[in-house]
Amino acid sequence: MNLNVLIGLAMGLNLLALGSSRIPSVIRAMSVQGVLLGIMPVLLATELDWHVAIVALATVTGKGLVIPALLRRAMRAVSIEREVEPIVGFELSLLLGAGATIGAVATARWLPVLPEHSGTLLVPGAMATVATGFILLVGRVKAITQVCGYLILENGIYLFGLLLIRSTPVLVEAGVLLDVTVGVFVIGIIVDRIQRTFDSLDTRKLTALRE
Amino acid sequence: MSEAIDVFARLIWWLLLPPLLPGLITRVKAWVAGRRGPPVLQLYYDLARLWQKGVVQSRLSSPAFLAGPAVAWVAILAAAMLVPLGPAGTTLSFRGDVVLVLYLLALARFATTWTAMETGSAFEGMGAAREVSFAVLAEAALMAAMLSLAVQTRSVSLSTMLAPFPGPGAVLLAAGLFTVLLAENCRVPFDDPNTHLELTMVHEVMVLDHSGPPLAVVLHGAALKLLLFAVLLTESVLPVGAIRPAVGMVLLVVGVLTIAVGVGLVESLMARLAFRRVPLLLLTAVLLCLFALLLAWQGGSVTP
Repeated sequence: MNLNVLIGLAMGLNLLALGSSRIPSVIRAMSVQGVLLGIMPVLLATELDWHVAIVALATVTGKGLVIPALLRRAMRAVSIEREVEPIVGFELSLLLGAGATIGAVATARWLPVLPEHSGTLLVPGAMATVATGFILLVGRVKAITQVCGYLILENGIYLFGLLLIRSTPVLVEAGVLLDVTVGVFVIGIIVDRIQRTFDSLDTRKLTALRE
Repeated sequence: MSEAIDVFARLIWWLLLPPLLPGLITRVKAWVAGRRGPPVLQLYYDLARLWQKGVVQSRLSSPAFLAGPAVAWVAILAAAMLVPLGPAGTTLSFRGDVVLVLYLLALARFATTWTAMETGSAFEGMGAAREVSFAVLAEAALMAAMLSLAVQTRSVSLSTMLAPFPGPGAVLLAAGLFTVLLAENCRVPFDDPNTHLELTMVHEVMVLDHSGPPLAVVLHGAALKLLLFAVLLTESVLPVGAIRPAVGMVLLVVGVLTIAVGVGLVESLMARLAFRRVPLLLLTAVLLCLFALLLAWQGGSVTP
């Protein structure tokens, strides 16, 4: 039951990320979602062993502290605060996200999951979060918001992976988390380069040829 | 005989209490800003003063200009009489009265916007256009909220719908309905009731050309609508009708007062939103109520 409340909160944060035009609030939504995701394995485990504890701790620090700090740094470096003209408008993306959430909750009961997971919202939550990530990736033009979309997409996949937490080695979790952190690190550098070359973070400019 | 006394008591509640709420809200705003503020009973004085004044009517407008406020006021009062008052219930309750309440509120809105356009003033036309376009989303949210209560209690009669605790969706319903309350009563994030800039007003600009008793009726109707929404919000979130009558009544009054203070705090701490941001906020309210509906529907299927 507690797990479902947390997943419900994570789904609400999805909509918050879709509806807000300020980049800091998108980053905040993403990082709070990361912390919530970090708490979930503790609730899911029957007894607290070191495997679960390490995964939880690494997720909370990685997704809740390190990655948002890197993104905020990148945002300060290029001094951009707002998503101005998204390709998919805020109202439309909010509606799409809500539709995806409702669709995920409605269809999840027909999916063949293990009986121990049938009562939880894990699968619909994962599908809704992945959909949110896709909408942000496709519908926004600023590189930093697209990175947030990518990270929310990854959160969705992590949520799906919680179904298998007992059979996933801790090394795999650590590797994924490290990959994501390095990815954000690299993207921070790329964002800086885009800003210097084009004087803007509008990724649409990357598709135009220049002399 | 007791029926007559009951109706009479209800009329007194719905006629005498509403002007208190705007007074309380202004008091809270003054307190937050560190001012003394007008007395809580200010609106009563205003109403009494307006009632003694004469009516000025534009030569362009038809008699409907005077009929509009009256129709709107009667519609809102009729809707209010159908809403149960906590443990006291309703005098008149039937299957589907919730639909009638929604339509009476819509009729009141129609009468107000119609009157606004009677004078042919461009400003009032603009206000009417805004009122109606915001209402599209606000009514959708209200309908979704009522639908979620109906699904939860398997009933379409307000007195049974509003009595029990609405389950885990209460928080969502509270947030969604509070936003609807602010939008429907033209409070701050949607409209600033104190502004005197016609370009940005919604409700106040629609009643610019009214004077004297019709203006008093419009103001009283607005306060009545605020109280109606506050009671509706309190009863949909708290189990006012399902506990001991005395406690329920106290809970209802406390809930309404809390909402008034909340509106006052929102007005002091927030600025009015830009017009193009308003649909986003209203859409959020619709979604909150829709998710409450989803929760009621899912919860109902798990534990029938």
